[in-house]
Amino acid sequence: MLCLTLGLALSLTAQSADAKKKKDKGDQATTAMPYPSTYKPYPGRPTALVGATIYDGRGGRIDRGTVLFADGKLVAVGGADLAIPDGYDRIDAAGKFVTPGVIDIHSHLGDYPSPAVDASSDGNEATSPTTPDVWAEHSVWPQDPGFTRALANGGITALQVLPGSANLMGGRSITLKNVPSLTVQGMKFPGAPYSLKMACGENPKRVYGEKNQKPSTRMGNFAVNRQTWLDAKKYMNDPDADRDLGKDTLVGVLKGEILVQNHCYRADEMALVIDMAKEMGYKVTAFHHAVESYKIADLLRENDICSAVWADWYGFKMEAYDGIPENAALIAHAGACVVIHSDDENGIQRLNQEAAKAQADGRRIGIDIPDAQAIGWFTYNPARAMGIAGQTGSLEKGKMADVVLWNGNPLSVYTRPEKVWIDGALLFDALDRKRRPVSDFELGQPGEGDVK
Amino acid sequence: MSRRALFIAALAAFSIPQAALAQDIAVTNATLALGDGGAPIEHGTVVVRGGKVVAAGAGVAVPAGVPVVDGTGKWVTPGLFSAVTDLGLWDVEAVDESNDLEAGDSPFNAALDVMPALNPSSQHVAISRAGGVTRASVAAFNGHSIFAGQGAVIDLAADGAMVMKPRVFQFVELGEAGAKLAGGSRVAAHVALRNALREARELAALPAGAARQSDAMLTRVDAMALAGVVDGRQPLYVGVERAADIRAVLALKGEFPKLNLVLVGAAEGWLVAGEIAAAQVPVITMPLRDLPEQFETLAATQSNVGRMKRAGVKVAIGMFTGGNQPRYAPQQAGNLVALGKLPGAAGLSWGDAFAAITSIPAEISGYGGQSGNIRAGVLAPGAVGDVVLWDGDPLELSSAPLEVWIDGVKQPLENHQSRLKDRYKDLDKSELPKAYDW
Repeated sequence: MLCLTLGLALSLTAQSADAKKKKDKGDQATTAMPYPSTYKPYPGRPTALVGATIYDGRGGRIDRGTVLFADGKLVAVGGADLAIPDGYDRIDAAGKFVTPGVIDIHSHLGDYPSPAVDASSDGNEATSPTTPDVWAEHSVWPQDPGFTRALANGGITALQVLPGSANLMGGRSITLKNVPSLTVQGMKFPGAPYSLKMACGENPKRVYGEKNQKPSTRMGNFAVNRQTWLDAKKYMNDPDADRDLGKDTLVGVLKGEILVQNHCYRADEMALVIDMAKEMGYKVTAFHHAVESYKIADLLRENDICSAVWADWYGFKMEAYDGIPENAALIAHAGACVVIHSDDENGIQRLNQEAAKAQADGRRIGIDIPDAQAIGWFTYNPARAMGIAGQTGSLEKGKMADVVLWNGNPLSVYTRPEKVWIDGALLFDALDRKRRPVSDFELGQPGEGDVK
Repeated sequence: MSRRALFIAALAAFSIPQAALAQDIAVTNATLALGDGGAPIEHGTVVVRGGKVVAAGAGVAVPAGVPVVDGTGKWVTPGLFSAVTDLGLWDVEAVDESNDLEAGDSPFNAALDVMPALNPSSQHVAISRAGGVTRASVAAFNGHSIFAGQGAVIDLAADGAMVMKPRVFQFVELGEAGAKLAGGSRVAAHVALRNALREARELAALPAGAARQSDAMLTRVDAMALAGVVDGRQPLYVGVERAADIRAVLALKGEFPKLNLVLVGAAEGWLVAGEIAAAQVPVITMPLRDLPEQFETLAATQSNVGRMKRAGVKVAIGMFTGGNQPRYAPQQAGNLVALGKLPGAAGLSWGDAFAAITSIPAEISGYGGQSGNIRAGVLAPGAVGDVVLWDGDPLELSSAPLEVWIDGVKQPLENHQSRLKDRYKDLDKSELPKAYDW
């Protein structure tokens, strides 16, 4: 089902066939993995969360349940009868709620950090309509205070930082653990696949049209994309070609090793992109923003493409004019995959609230999405669309202990994260002011260490 | 006729068609929030007659002949009042042709008046109405000057006449944005502001027909437009964030004692909350900013509103422009209630949070019972008959309006979004294209 699985199979075939060739761009594109993750889980204590309402992220709900984790991994998730082994810290979570760590599939934290000054505005390499050679991780400023707010107010434990949408092919995204770190390598999610950020519609044609260059139209968008894919395929099949960073990324996509996260608003354009992917032999994992997914939810289901959406943004640009608050519910109702995303340093602090609004907007038109399913919109589904669902995104034995303890129902406006663990390490505690990260940037400045 | 008399005449003219259509209504047995800062009242009743609230509370009797809406299991509240919005100024924010937000190439600034541009047919108005917003103030953005021009107060009734009162306030941008507009520094912005106010004062003092000084920098109409600001008849909304910049704004009263200031933004207001309170300057702010998005907001925190309120500042939630839609006001207010549970944070009580999106913005906008103006944002005898019936706690994420009355007139809640939703509830295109489904 996941294109990642399919992609691995394809790449194995390709590798065996090309094993003796002078170079294999597939290896260079992905398996070589320069700038490797140096992230190691921080120390944690064996912990039992007892008596909470548990949403496991995959649609399961346990009332008065128990979650056990130790050594960075989830040990067990069960009901009140689950035995708590010796040596576990017991946290009484009666009346509280436990979910997997919140995951944002669409963030620009670090690349467009706070403060938003030109000197650190590093999210769009808007100098060419296709820049698959750039990697978002090389722009991430780990001291962006936005990471800390996302943790404390949003319960964010993992996020995908994408290049912006000025370009048709904006570059590689990076998936991060939301841990404070001096280096981006110290945040890189171990084993997470890369994604290619693509964008259709208004932005690329506007940015380059204003420079009086191609593309200046939607048809120009497609022409540039298609030719770029053709060139990448030629490169993939030419063992003597000089190494090309951008084409390495595209070859990774063609081999299924690199996912595609495609910024796209309008239904008709998404349908065209789906056909372009078929023409060129790749797969779109998720359409981002996708305010018109509700018009083609059946097509998206058939093609197994997630829609990463806001609850109710609309009208801020022409291609967002048909955005409706029922979008997520209608997509889910059609059996297609819903992800609630932020694309915003403030919105990332409230993905749970956006999901709750979208759920309620569905209920008002007769689409009853259980709370436990809506929780999956900001936990398991983004993990799936980021290719990390095998490691995180749900509360299942053996997975990373990325866990949020909420002081109430996370689908209520009156609720906040009380504690957040990443790989079993307590990295935020609303009840302990020192268990709150403060970036280097904020030291000695007004509001240092404030509740925010 | 004085400017004020003109305003009152205009108000009367705009009000007539609404009053003529107003229905008598009563909502009974609902959870009732008055908007006055108090806690919700169980089994409450609201009675509206002739377009105005006549009674609201527990144990209120419904006069004979008044149609009753059963509010059992529902909530009833005043309509939301959104302070400092761009309602009616755009169809699509990023489509310039549809957008009257700013006039960067205009030779005018303070004289700019949003009134003639306001479009009651904008979907943004209809969508906000469906979200329970019944009144708002509207401000344009700055073009090339620190002065954005004059804003209006509107209602969102679907009757084509949205202006309650034009030229309610002048907007001036200081801080980082003002510095850029004024030529590159806060220093320049403050000189530009002072010079403008002096030119306005001098022009107002000139005998009719007398020539202005030859070095006047403002156009005549811009200087005329600022006369009311200088003498305090027209509030001056000041866009400002940093604590030091707020102090500099409050100090203006030393030179121009009659200035009627309102701070818009004030992300660092909590650092100087005592001074703002002492100056009796109200604040309109976005409550959930907590990032140093600019250097002027280094101390931003979601506790800003709660801390200012504790210090005695009158604070409204507002600044609903662009993607920050007016219908998000309840969510933002609800978040401030949530803060009350967190150690070290300053939140608001439910009643205060709800007042911050109803009566408080109405008061700051001049609709708190000040002379000549009706009360809005509150269910109190004599106030406008703006009533919203909700399917639950209005601050909760799962809630939405079921019915909206403005001046006692039941409002249509359909809009572009709701029609799209109706069309695409199912995706069946087997008989005819979706274009025939309407």
